[in-house]
Order: sequence, then structure tokens, then C-alpha cells
Amino acid sequence: MTQLALVIDLNVCVGCHACVTNCKEWNTSGMAGPLSDFNPYGAEPTGTFLNRVQTFEVGTFPNTETVHFPKSCLHCEEPPCVPVCPTGASYKRKEDGIVLVDYDKCIGCKYCSWACPYGVREIDEKQKVMKKCTLCVDRIYDMGLPEKERKPACVLACPTSARLFGDVHDPESAVSVAIRDSSGYPLMPEWGTKPSNHYLPRRKTQLRIHDDELVRADNPLKKERLLPKPDKSEPSLDDVTSW
Amino acid sequence: MHPAFSVIFLTTLIGVGQGLFLALYTGQVYALFHVLSAEGDRQFYAVGSLIALAFLIAGLVSSFFHLGHPERAWRSAAQWRTSWLSREVIVLPAFMACVFGYGVAHYFGWNVPLFTLGETLQVDLIMLIGAAGTLLCFALFVSTGMIYACLRFLQEWHTPLTVSNFILLGGASGFALAAAFAALAAPALTGFYGKWALIITVLAFISRTASLVRNHKLKPKSTLQSAIGVRHKVIAQKSQGFMGGSFNTREFFHGKSASALRSVKWLFIALTFALPFVLLAWGLSDNTASLLLLAFLVQYAGLIAERWFFFAQANHPQNLYYQTIS
Ligand code: SF4
Ligand code: SF4
Repeated sequence: MTQLALVIDLNVCVGCHACVTNCKEWNTSGMAGPLSDFNPYGAEPTGTFLNRVQTFEVGTFPNTETVHFPKSCLHCEEPPCVPVCPTGASYKRKEDGIVLVDYDKCIGCKYCSWACPYGVREIDEKQKVMKKCTLCVDRIYDMGLPEKERKPACVLACPTSARLFGDVHDPESAVSVAIRDSSGYPLMPEWGTKPSNHYLPRRKTQLRIHDDELVRADNPLKKERLLPKPDKSEPSLDDVTSW
Repeated sequence: MHPAFSVIFLTTLIGVGQGLFLALYTGQVYALFHVLSAEGDRQFYAVGSLIALAFLIAGLVSSFFHLGHPERAWRSAAQWRTSWLSREVIVLPAFMACVFGYGVAHYFGWNVPLFTLGETLQVDLIMLIGAAGTLLCFALFVSTGMIYACLRFLQEWHTPLTVSNFILLGGASGFALAAAFAALAAPALTGFYGKWALIITVLAFISRTASLVRNHKLKPKSTLQSAIGVRHKVIAQKSQGFMGGSFNTREFFHGKSASALRSVKWLFIALTFALPFVLLAWGLSDNTASLLLLAFLVQYAGLIAERWFFFAQANHPQNLYYQTIS
């Protein structure tokens, strides 16, 4: 079984909103009609987006860290938004696990958005139907596009390659390897929704240096012999390498 | 959550309609078993059913204002296997048909016994329609309640108390209306309906208070830590990704202050329970229709406040992502 999903590397995301812009551009120009905006040049612009980038600050100054956090539908494996839909407009595709809304069936009751804990479904106030990330289902299977472009618009736009796309059920896919090797995690695991999208945590490359590594055990001048250190008779690394 | 008046009116209006129908049928069943000596005439039941139906229709009409595409509403009967909303959409018209049929059967007096249960219990068409209506009435209460109670992230709603509140609050308002109606049209029945209205109002008070206490003690399961997956005690949002608001900031926040919320709570406790109780008791002892009618009206106003509070109090986990504009 295939489950397409995104893996978002928070270690790399710089919060540039390129994915948001490209998502909007692609999805507003599609067959399904525009992602409506209201008041775009006014004081209170608002509109429909399938992807948002948020920013959080972790810690207290001076030990703070900025986390840019892109958020779109996670294409849950147990999507709570699907069974509640009274019309069947919201559904999860068997063949690739994408959660979609049929805009011709949706009655705009908003019930599915109540049932999603992540706040990623947005009603289009003009078309009056529920919209959400489609993983660019109209791109990724388009044989008219060169193969390397058959990816979601956000993935193609990301200048830092913070967004990976692939089948998280295939253990050898790039996304699965990234989740496995870089500790990918799901959001709000407490609800058992089993999100398919995963996030890779902030990672720091650290070199751990022990005190005795700063001091040469066999320093003939003994000038550095200030700290507790192994007895001279004990073997040290230098014994092995110094010859 | 943002309290939408379309849904507030839907749930409170059909609650009254359901309660009124239950009151009418209960009275009839009591009379059948000779627990109650008095019985209304044909017209009383026919007009009563008509009033109940009017409330149900008003609720249905108001629900359409909630939909983006009301012309597609028929589609919402499709997913009854999984969706409580879909079940409600099916049960509501079926129940309305029963109420209509019950009224018509009374009006034309279709009370020829069809068969006899046990020794003496004669069952006619009216009783059968009424029984079906009662079943559907409870099915409708459960469906309406479960629409909210089944959403496990909305912890304030995810409790059986949500369903019992819908049943008892609808029942109380319906019986109160029945008492007022009886005072005008069938005075002998006023006491019966009125006493039940008092009892159900007390039960509703207990159930609603229990849910208030429960919700007061709730601890949110989701935190900002689990929402973004960073393990640190201090996390502050610096930007939610837009500045002019979005569906997420409009649909899931009530936008009122905590003190406003508290005031609405005390208001609904007074209007739904305390005041109607006094007015009902007073109206019953005096046998004044106007007091009973006032009791119903006050209680209905209280129910609007109650439902508003019910929505406003529910705190959706998605709100964790929308704390700071920028
Ligand atoms: S993230 Fe929300 S909308 Fe997307 S599948 Fe999960 S529950 Fe449904
Ligand atoms: S808004 Fe549309 S997709 Fe969502 S539950 Fe209602 S009908 Fe289904």
C-alpha cells in the first residue's frame, strides 16, 4: 500500500514562505477554481491557503531558538475528518493515501474542520466548500510534466530542500529513510490520527570534548598536570598513537 | 469554538419540538394506562403536534443558514454509516413525518383499535405512530448530541453528558411549552405537564451542572509542545503566518473575554433553570397560563445562552497554532 506524504525538515526550514506562495499559485490556477482572497490589498487581507508557515521561539533569551514551522494537511492514516463528513465529499484515496475533498459534493457544513485537530482545513468563503492540501494530486501524476517536476509545488519551491515528498510506506524511500535516520516525528500523537507527514527535529552537530582530551597525558613538561588524570602507568591514547 | 446562531437555533428549536411531542405522547400513554384521568380532546393533540412541527421546521430552516451549499443538502444523507451529522439529517425529517402523522391521526380521530395487547390494552393507529415518533425523537436527540460528543479533540463535548444535556434541556423546554399550551387549551392537563416540566428542569440542571464541573476540571491533552513537537517548557509563537485573520481564527475562537463568558454562564443558569422553575411552580399553583408561557419563553431565552456557552467553552486544539498574529 502506498501512502504519499511530506517530510518537513525543521532543521533546514528558514521560514521564507516560498512553499506557501508556490502552493497558492499552483492551486489557485487549477481546474478546481481559485483559492479565494478577500481584501488582498486592504488593511485586513484574508484568504484561503492550503499551507501556512508559522514561527515559534523556543526558550528564554539568550538561550532561544527560532523554529519555522510549515503546516498543511498531514494526510493522516486514521483521518478523523473523513468519517464525520455527512456527504462523503471528504475521502481518503485507497491507492495513495491522499485525503481529498470532492468540491462538487461538499455542502460547506465545516464539520470536517471541527474534526481535524491540526487546523489545516479552510473553507473557501467564495466557493463555500472546504479546501485543503491535495499533495498537488493534479501535478504528481501528470505525465505531461518531466519526471522530476512530478512533485507538489511546495516541494519544488523550497530553496533549502526542507521538504521531501514520497511514499512513507516504502521503507527504502527517501522520506522513510529520513524519518528513520533523522528521528522524524508526527504532530499531536496523543490523538491517534497517525499523521503521514512527519517533521524532522532541529539538530545540532556537537563534538563532545572531555577535559582529559585537552591535556596531553604524556606532556614531558607536566605543565598541564592540573586536573585529575589517569596515572602515568595506565595506557593512554597517546601511547598508541605517538610512535 | 465560534458559536454560530444557525446551529444554536437549530438545536434549541428542534429540542422544544421534540420535548413538546414527547409531552403530548406521554400524556396520552398515561391516560391509556389510566394513570392520568384527564385526556385532551382531538383538537388539543392536533394543534399541539402542529406547534411541535412548527418548531421542528423552524429549526430545519435555521440549519440551512449554516451550510455553504444548502441546495446540496440532500447529499448529506449519504454517510449514515459513519457520520452522526448524516444520521441526524435522516432522522429529523422522519421524526417530522411522524409528528405530522400523529397530528393528522388525532385530527381525524383514527382511533379504531387495531389489536389488543394483553387483556385490555387497545392499540390504535395513533398510538403506533406516537410510539414510532418517540423512538425517532430519542434517536434525534442522540444524533444531535453525538455530533458534538463524538469529536474527541473537543474534550468539553466528548462526554455522555452532552447527550443527556440535549435530551433533558429539550425535554424541559418542551414540557414547559406543553404546560402553557394545556393551560390555554386543556386545563385539566396543565398540572401533569407542569409537574413533569419541573422535574425535567431539575434533572437538566443536575446534568448540565455536572458537565460544567467536569469541564472546569479538564486538562487539555494537547499542548504547544505536542503541537509542534518541541520539548521545551517555554515556547512562544512569533507568527501564525498571516496577519488579517483566516478561517482558523474566525471559526474556532469565540472572540469574547473570559468575564463575558462567565457572565453568560450565570445568565444561562438563571434563565434556563432558576427562573423557569419559580415561574412554573408559581404558574401551577395559580393556574395562570401567562405565567407558564412566560416560564417557557424565559427558559428558551436561557437555552440560547446555554447553547452559546456550550460552543464558546469548547477549546479546539487547533487554537494552539493560532495564539499570536505576528
Ligand atoms: S491533518 Fe486534518 S485534514 Fe488532514 S487528514 Fe489529518 S485530520 Fe484530516
Ligand atoms: S464541509 Fe464539506 S467536506 Fe467537510 S464535512 Fe461538510 S460536506 Fe464534508
